[in-house]
Amino acid sequence: MGRYVAARLVQLVFVLAGVSVVVFVTMHLLPGDVAQLLLGDHATNEQLQRLRIQLGLDQPVWVQYARFMADALRGDLGTSIQSNRPALDDVLAAFPVTLQLALASLLLATLCGVPVGVVAAVRHGSRFDTAVMTLTLFGVSMPIFWLGLMLLVLFAAGLGWLPVGGLMPIGLDPPRITGMSVVDSVLSGDPAAIGASLRHMLLPSVTLASVPLALIARITRAEVMAAATADHVRTARAKGVAEPRVVLRHVLRNAAIPIVTVIGLQLGLLLSGAVLTETIYSLPGLGRLMVDSILSRDYPVVQAGALFIALLFVVVNLLVDLLYAALDPRISRA
Amino acid sequence: MSATVAAPPGVVRRALRGMGARFGLAIAVLFLLVTLFAPLLAPYDPYEQDLSNALSPPSAQHWFGADQYGRDTLSRILYGTRTALLAIVMADGLALLLGGAIGLVAGTLGGRADALLMRVVDVLLAFPYLLLALIIVAALGPSLTNSVIAIGLIYTPQYARLMRGQVLTVQAADFVVAARSVGASQTRVMLRHVLPNSFTPVLVLATLQSGAVVVETAGLSFLGLGAQPPSPDWGALLADGHGYFLTAWWIATFPGLAIFLVVVGFNLLGDALRDQYDPRLR
Repeated sequence: MGRYVAARLVQLVFVLAGVSVVVFVTMHLLPGDVAQLLLGDHATNEQLQRLRIQLGLDQPVWVQYARFMADALRGDLGTSIQSNRPALDDVLAAFPVTLQLALASLLLATLCGVPVGVVAAVRHGSRFDTAVMTLTLFGVSMPIFWLGLMLLVLFAAGLGWLPVGGLMPIGLDPPRITGMSVVDSVLSGDPAAIGASLRHMLLPSVTLASVPLALIARITRAEVMAAATADHVRTARAKGVAEPRVVLRHVLRNAAIPIVTVIGLQLGLLLSGAVLTETIYSLPGLGRLMVDSILSRDYPVVQAGALFIALLFVVVNLLVDLLYAALDPRISRA
Repeated sequence: MSATVAAPPGVVRRALRGMGARFGLAIAVLFLLVTLFAPLLAPYDPYEQDLSNALSPPSAQHWFGADQYGRDTLSRILYGTRTALLAIVMADGLALLLGGAIGLVAGTLGGRADALLMRVVDVLLAFPYLLLALIIVAALGPSLTNSVIAIGLIYTPQYARLMRGQVLTVQAADFVVAARSVGASQTRVMLRHVLPNSFTPVLVLATLQSGAVVVETAGLSFLGLGAQPPSPDWGALLADGHGYFLTAWWIATFPGLAIFLVVVGFNLLGDALRDQYDPRLR
């Protein structure tokens, strides 16, 4: 196991180096002059040249990359053109919103997806199973930005039960501690704030949970069906073990490892896939920050956000792999 | 000398036996017909503004209602099929050509070239899809063409991997060994023997991806990073609907339904084809 972890960590360093090169190259070598962008259309050639030297843009590309990496490793990812604050600060301020949304969606997808998948597998071929398979096909085919809009049309505009967007109603904001509205509301102990924060998170979480829910239900169904044909399960049945016990103790336990892995891998995707959901529900998260920065050509923030999200994605996926290896020793020995 | 390693005959016909696959095929055919005949089918010009009809709900004149400029939603959806088809052809085509070429070269040459190309592919796979698309659009600038290029590029690694795997399998086949032994050049073996016999699964992947390409192009347009107004793109229509969801539900509802139908269709079709090629998944 120790050697496996070490090998994966070495691999991680290479992947991260590669990721930084991709981000750097796309941001620096493609059309568009950063100096022109910063100074605007009316800048003189002398001003442009001076800024290029100041930013190191006159240096060879590999020197620029080395400087960029040296700064990045010290936590300096440049200054936002829009807010004039360190780009990393903007990214870190938006991150808790995305994290809260991703965790809420993952929780919802797991709590609904696993039981639905188990029941579909146990009764496979039944009407319930057919319905689950059809609905999950719809779940993975439905564009989440459409689902989000339809939920808004129905529950916010039509029935008026839920808010149309944002994190909190104006004036109810709890003191910022973690940056996650629900957690901060609970910490503040104000029941009105807790209720409001939960109501604001409901539609976004349901929207973002739709695809992972469908995937988790499908993989659970497939794994449970596969595990159910194993010899030890037949033995348990032959010994007269009650059916619920067979499913919970003998089948689900063996099906659990791949299911846990799929759930874990969803977290990385949710953290990066929240951009559409954040746009629909006007949530000030990382995805929204990225899109706004692209539209306003605020490259330092785009670059900082891209590096941060990619780093997060790679690390989360590595942790899932290591967890998988810890649960199933055959993997690290392979 | 065209032994078919990858495509047993009749495989497409067998794939289309199931109910789901036929439904998928029907939707795909309908989609293609609409792209062809959009000008005949659309009751109005998709760009024609009629402010007296702005935000008018579905009626006998405007079956799917009208948007904030009084443009007919149905006509805009029908014309939107053309953008969607363009995205599928261009993004899938780019990924197929680029990824296919990388996989073919890596698989045929082997050694250091293979190792280097595959490490590059690994790094690209380490990015979350949407993030990679976002930074490519950020670099190229928001437009339909650039968003389609971005989506083509994010799918390239998958095609490269699949193609390389196919090439490695096909290369071990007797007819390739025979061709080499009679002195066929590396290039000739690659293009005449390996490529034609590795290609079918890659085409299946392209079908399988078509639905995702439609959703992702629409997603980028929805964010304002793809097709720009006033073009009748499904994602841009949804973005219009987002601005008016409190008062005009129809603007977002019908284009979304169109995307959903097309994606379900392509997913059903792709699943059926994949099941035929990869019996383990059945």
